[in-house]
Amino acid sequence: MALVKAIENIFPQSRKRRVLPGFGLSLGFTVFYLSLIVLIPVSTLFLKTFDLTWSQFYGSITSARVLASFRLSFGTAFAAAIVNIIFGVLLAWTLVRYDFPGKRMVDAFVDLPFALPTAVAGITLTTLYAGNGWFGQYFEVLGIKVDYTPLGITVALIFIGLPFVVRTVQPVLEAMELDVEEAAASLGAHRWYIISRIILPTIRPAALTGFALAFARTLGEYGSVVFIAGNMPMKTEISTLLIVTRLEQYDYPGATAIAVTMLVASFILLLVINMLQASINKKASSV
Amino acid sequence: MIGFQNTPDILPAHDVVVTRTSRLSEPRWVRWIVIGISLVFVVVFLAVPLVLVFVKAFEKGIKTYVTAITTPDALAAIKLTLLTAAIAVPLNVLFGISAAWLIAKFDFPGKNVLTTLIDLPFTVSPVISGMVFVLLFGLQGVFGTWLDEHNIKIIFAVPGIVLSTIFVTFPFVARELIPVMQLSGTEEEEAAIVLGASGWRTFFTVTLPNIKWGLMYGIIVCNARAMGEFGAVSVVSGHIRGATNTIPLQAEILYNEYHITAAFSVASLLTFLAVVTLIIKKVDEAKIHHEVSSTHSQPLTGTI
Repeated sequence: MALVKAIENIFPQSRKRRVLPGFGLSLGFTVFYLSLIVLIPVSTLFLKTFDLTWSQFYGSITSARVLASFRLSFGTAFAAAIVNIIFGVLLAWTLVRYDFPGKRMVDAFVDLPFALPTAVAGITLTTLYAGNGWFGQYFEVLGIKVDYTPLGITVALIFIGLPFVVRTVQPVLEAMELDVEEAAASLGAHRWYIISRIILPTIRPAALTGFALAFARTLGEYGSVVFIAGNMPMKTEISTLLIVTRLEQYDYPGATAIAVTMLVASFILLLVINMLQASINKKASSV
Repeated sequence: MIGFQNTPDILPAHDVVVTRTSRLSEPRWVRWIVIGISLVFVVVFLAVPLVLVFVKAFEKGIKTYVTAITTPDALAAIKLTLLTAAIAVPLNVLFGISAAWLIAKFDFPGKNVLTTLIDLPFTVSPVISGMVFVLLFGLQGVFGTWLDEHNIKIIFAVPGIVLSTIFVTFPFVARELIPVMQLSGTEEEEAAIVLGASGWRTFFTVTLPNIKWGLMYGIIVCNARAMGEFGAVSVVSGHIRGATNTIPLQAEILYNEYHITAAFSVASLLTFLAVVTLIIKKVDEAKIHHEVSSTHSQPLTGTI
């Protein structure tokens, strides 16, 4: 309890205005638990990089194998996010503006990648797109190999990233008021003109946020990809798999260098997402 | 604008189609093409994979299925998964309630930083989430030598699996509760306190009923993720059969050994959990909407 009192003394001005109890207790417990579970472990990763000299660190992340894995991870995550922004916006539009049988079920289905464990998604997609699989057999006729190629990795990442775009665009479309569209239509604007000049600009920040969220999430993806990727060094080895390989070889410095690089990349993405979110909020409050 | 006064701001989707003039929607054939493309996408990318899990699991009959999920290794994996969730979920619920109470009911410097830090595990790759605990408690880790001397095993043992699961599922409950608690405001709690109720009594009789559906939503999502986590757990587990394999890891091993039917049988347990989670989530979402609108008379748009 002395600790609680001490915390309350650090924030005197908030104590004055407070009627509700539990500020010190909830602040103390929240910060303690956050530090123990998240902050200390994550900062260990950054501290570990100081074991490396700069040239060791640089050499480690610019070796041909690591660079190839970065190219693959960033490239496939980007390609998947592009597919997701197109189909995600289309799907969100369909769910908000159109009516069709089974709509509620489709809406519930969109969250499946959130709920399905990544390893299950991984073995399922691999079985589906293997040369003798339900989908793979038709790709094989066309001469396209999906499993054990970057294409297969992209397919897995599309699955993982889809809900992010749909679930960020959907509420914005729902909240959009129809009077602007009505006004434009009554002034004689063509439907396509309304879509490109009113609707798409309104949902653009949300769509870009969804894109960034999907990109950030799929960049670090592991479970759904390792099965379908084939994991050949230089060809189909993603960065997260390379981290696991380095850890299994007890090459902690090597693993740390890749992990820190990827973590910094996702922090930058998080910053971009926050800026986009701020611009959505600004738009919402100015309407 | 006068001509549109009869049009409510937000119409239910089915009304929109009826009331809008042709200029306010796309031609019928465009609508059906767009719906068609969306449905094909959902079927190809989401529905078919879901169906495949169960088809593969039951390919060789129910008997094989039951045998596959009752082998000693499978049962040990199920037990470990349940144990992990039974530790990780309650701890994160406790944290979630504490963090939501703090952020929703009080103003203090550094609140935005705290909110961002709570979201941190969402942006960290699962592999890195497991790895940080290897760096802390692994043999070459910060506490490695000390733990080894005292014969305490965390990495390649159950504690490591539990810790990394807690890390990965850390933000879920807090994330769900913060907006729900913010929307229900502080007036009711303040009234209870002024009338002489204790803090705990206020929480259990005033706050908890207001947030119960939001809390349940957070718990089921947290639980689904805790039971299904693969990347983080895979890094710290060491894949010791019957000892440190959770259900997803067991499915991986079986799959890599070409026991495809057995792998999908084990995976179907988690898929079943995912489907149940989605159904509860859908029902819950409606209840949360009701919860929020009944405790708050003001319109929600604008407060968000």
